[in-house]
Amino acid sequence: MYRMRLWSVRHAHGLNQLYRWLENLLLMLQPLLRGFSERRVERSLAAVERQVKGFMFGCQMCGQCVLSSTGMSCPMNCPKQLRNGPCGGVRANGHCEVLPEMKCVWVSAWEGSQRIPGGVDALRGVQFAVDRRLQGSSSWLRAVNERVRTASSARPGAGQPGAGQ
Amino acid sequence: MKFGDEPMPGDPLPILPGHVSPGRFERVLRVGAFAVTAELAPPDSADPEEVYARARIFDGYVDAINATDGSGANCHMSSMGVCSLLTRVGYAPIMQISCRDRNRIGIQGDILGASAMGVCNILCLTGDGVQAGDHPQAKPVFDLDSVSLLGLARTLRDEQRFQSGRKLSKAPRVFLGAAENPSALPHEWRAMRLIKKIEAGAQFIQTQYCYDLSLLQSFLQKLEDLGAANQVFLLIGVGPLRSAKAAEWMRQNVPGIHIPDALITRLRGAEDPAREGRNICIELIQQVHAMKGVHGVHVMAYRQEESVAEVIDKSGVLAGRVPWYPGRDRQDPAQSNTADSNTVDTNTVDKVAS
Repeated sequence: MYRMRLWSVRHAHGLNQLYRWLENLLLMLQPLLRGFSERRVERSLAAVERQVKGFMFGCQMCGQCVLSSTGMSCPMNCPKQLRNGPCGGVRANGHCEVLPEMKCVWVSAWEGSQRIPGGVDALRGVQFAVDRRLQGSSSWLRAVNERVRTASSARPGAGQPGAGQ
Repeated sequence: MKFGDEPMPGDPLPILPGHVSPGRFERVLRVGAFAVTAELAPPDSADPEEVYARARIFDGYVDAINATDGSGANCHMSSMGVCSLLTRVGYAPIMQISCRDRNRIGIQGDILGASAMGVCNILCLTGDGVQAGDHPQAKPVFDLDSVSLLGLARTLRDEQRFQSGRKLSKAPRVFLGAAENPSALPHEWRAMRLIKKIEAGAQFIQTQYCYDLSLLQSFLQKLEDLGAANQVFLLIGVGPLRSAKAAEWMRQNVPGIHIPDALITRLRGAEDPAREGRNICIELIQQVHAMKGVHGVHVMAYRQEESVAEVIDKSGVLAGRVPWYPGRDRQDPAQSNTADSNTVDTNTVDKVAS
């Protein structure tokens, strides 16, 4: 799985594009999803997400995915779960101070970010502390719902934010 | 009930315009003096006298004392305890907070408690992993990281509320700091990451040991290129190396410390390596002092704390200034005149507009 994580960072550009495409696909499917109970959609998507992202990125299902801002290197694989960049203990070979056999996820993030257009700028953003209540939930669904909310609140005469979710 | 033998606490200073804390350390930096801080290793003891004895070593040479928070993930007296003792007699401690051992509930409570005890400076750190210390079987917490911790502390101070939104009746008046390691990978990212810490609330920075000044120089240059020079008070980490063997051990076993081969060769060839280590430290302090965008040094002299006075004295960076310590202003008239000549006008325009 570790080797797969490194592969994902090497292919950050393509994966980031795939991610955008997937998000758009989910956005298109969103009206169809309304036919199902929200809980059921959430559970199914979370199960798929756990398998796919677990395999590709070593995803820990924090529920607040920032992969596209971290060069497709999941920060939750950092033993200190840092969300804002590397600690000061990165070894001279670029490996982790806690797990010497593992490449620092933030050294990977730096490399992956250079492969994504605007990736280095995305690293500048301050990430807030993780909301631990979202552990295990689907980030994909959250991202799609967020986009729907943003779009509907931007439309003139739109109803309450989140209406129809 | 009032006891007749209550100790006199160290009273806070008035908060000057543009300052965030009632502390001495912020004042020293804002009047543009070259600041000196040193690291105090908390004792493995419950005896307050051991704390005071460790602080007294620095008397007259440092502006603030860092109390480490389980440094190296080893168990010691808490930073909060050490700082509370130090403020009682008027020292300016910098309370280090590591994210390793407490979650956001514990940390927010500690910031309020520390401020109530007179702590004016907080250094927000991620902390070493538990595997590095004497309790590797412990659970690492890391609910926050250093950047989100800075944001949390700033919210407490500037918005006078907890992260939950619940209001505080009085905000903690604390000067916020963070750490940086210009020597660690990825080098080209370090300056950008520091800016992130400034945006999150860092007002002063204390770096890890900088033995390779070319790395420091390029880091400072990068900061300047990014327009962040003088956005934050920067104190560079230095420390005397005891011997070539100790330096090699540090280089191999303490992640993130980069010691150039030339320094190790110099120590190996020296007749008295400990003396040579102190000489190297003095030279580093002088070179760092001459660099643009540097506002002070942070001396970490683990188990060589007695050498701090000597290296600071010989480096000449205090330029005759005597940092406050308990009893400084109670000296005999001849000496107190010297201290008076060091009095700074607190209305001096801030050098840094942070």
